[in-house]
Amino acid sequence: MSRGVIALLIINKAGGLIYNRTFGEGLNQLNSNDYLVLAARLNPLREHQAAHYYAQQQQQQHHHSASGSIGAGSGGGQGGPLPSRPEPPSGLEVMETENFRLQCFNTQTGTKFLLFTDTMQANVDVAMRKVYELYADYVMKNPFYQLEMPVRCDMFDRKLNSYIREINNSR
Amino acid sequence: MSNMTPVKGKEQPGLRYPSNGKTIYHRPLNRAKTSELSQASFAYLFSEMVGYASKRIVSIQDLEKRLNTQGHPIGLKLLDLLLHREPARTQTRPLTIITLLHLIKQQLWTHLFGRAADGLEKSSDPARPDEYMIIDNEPLVNRYISVPRDMSQLNCAAFVAGIIEGVCDGSAFPARVTAHSVGKQQAAPAADGEEGGEGKEMWPGRTVFLVKFQPEVLERESFLAKG
Repeated sequence: MSRGVIALLIINKAGGLIYNRTFGEGLNQLNSNDYLVLAARLNPLREHQAAHYYAQQQQQQHHHSASGSIGAGSGGGQGGPLPSRPEPPSGLEVMETENFRLQCFNTQTGTKFLLFTDTMQANVDVAMRKVYELYADYVMKNPFYQLEMPVRCDMFDRKLNSYIREINNSR
Repeated sequence: MSNMTPVKGKEQPGLRYPSNGKTIYHRPLNRAKTSELSQASFAYLFSEMVGYASKRIVSIQDLEKRLNTQGHPIGLKLLDLLLHREPARTQTRPLTIITLLHLIKQQLWTHLFGRAADGLEKSSDPARPDEYMIIDNEPLVNRYISVPRDMSQLNCAAFVAGIIEGVCDGSAFPARVTAHSVGKQQAAPAADGEEGGEGKEMWPGRTVFLVKFQPEVLERESFLAKG
């Protein structure tokens, strides 16, 4: 059964669920508490990954400095090339199951978008960008929206609905 | 003590001039070319204006009044500018209600929003001949604004109403202008089907600017019509 885009969750940087919407009928709904637990569970997953990564990095650096202690001491941290520090991992990005595909997107400010689609859905990136654009327009430019609080904006709901309906019908 | 003398060209706090010294006052007033601004930056600015106006308010009317007050001086000044930009033979200020409202619907709207207003109506109620309505299907200021349910009678286009009021006052047609949302009521009977009920609301943000002229304006109008 093809459904296209199934659900959208938005999680603020503290891990709280600020928006939750399902598209299409006949889906079993979680109760609202379960949604909050789900969101809270997904957020630390990312933090754990990042923390784990940094711990690994530090261990590696420690090994390096132990083996090459002379160079590090004489160079004073200036002579040698700076230790490269790649971007930390962004956490969970995609999860595929038999029934759905979960695409994550983290904004620069730590807001997380989770888009649940069916496994056959193409161009999820494009849909995600558009959802982010709608969020930036109709939520962030709304004078009555308070940052990090649940999103209750009629305009956002309306535009999101018509956009998702458009993708789901075009399949 | 050489370090005490101010450095030449040092930035003055608060006032900034472009490097070529040309401020907005150096530009010619009659630019036919329309200069466009970023809608996003306007949206953020207006959002802050609404936020500022909604501090320590006691009622929604209070908030609308403040937005109206913010718009009023803009209208007063725009009237002069728009008349100056008119062709020389029509450069007189409007003398009748109809020409005034037409100026607002055409010139003012085009200058502010890049298009004419969507409608101009006279109140059909014979008891209120002093009321006129300017209709905008999708006010630019409300583009990104979702009003919370507990403030449902608020319409942030009260700012635009203030601008209209400024134009009316400036051309000696004192009036009270208020903005009202009518999108919901008008769309309600149209949304008959179950599915797509929301989509059928053609213009959910439809706004009517109710222009209520002072009695002396109508008195003068009738006097002029006779003579």
